[in-house]
Amino acid sequence: MTIRRHHDMGGLDAGTVEPVEHDYAIWEKRVDAIVKLMSTEDRPYLSTDELRRGIEELGPGVYDELNYYERWISSATNLMLEKGVFSVKELGRKMADVESRWQAAGAKPQ
Amino acid sequence: MSAARFQSGDTVAVSAAYPPGHVRTPYFIRGKSGVVDSIAGAYPNPEELAYGRDGMPALPLYRVRFKQTDVWPDYAGPANDTVVIDLYEPWLEPTS
Repeated sequence: MTIRRHHDMGGLDAGTVEPVEHDYAIWEKRVDAIVKLMSTEDRPYLSTDELRRGIEELGPGVYDELNYYERWISSATNLMLEKGVFSVKELGRKMADVESRWQAAGAKPQ
Repeated sequence: MSAARFQSGDTVAVSAAYPPGHVRTPYFIRGKSGVVDSIAGAYPNPEELAYGRDGMPALPLYRVRFKQTDVWPDYAGPANDTVVIDLYEPWLEPTS
């Protein structure tokens, strides 16, 4: 069987490419920093290859819906759960903490 | 790393393999033949690194040049256009 995996789209029709300049949102910069800090010698929690594999495993629907850094943080999160760096419960609790902190500060969650 | 199996100028064919895991060989180049341009060095196997293993022994990585007209059946550019793709040794076979 010659199965083309969803992300492996070189040569497929992509329509017109319109180059646009854009700045990175602060959360995108944070995702970049988090992933870099998780792949140092002191904190070897993930490699670029694992991150790529995780992005490929998001599946066609999610892969298309998420933007670049959303794919990064989704893959990194799944990898940390797989490796037991944190548990689903710890992640959920932390997400709730952060959200209430944001609300208390009167900021809209990003 | 083991000694590189191919040298610059060798004609090679890319495996027409379609494994489900993480690979770095683009779909569009599988089954195509090209010529080794240079050896880029030896690197841990990304197909192993992707699953948290060390990827050793390192694999020779080749820069292989393909004629665009061989890669894309309907290629409309000049006939001598080429594309160079980085490919790891296990994906390459000698052509007779």
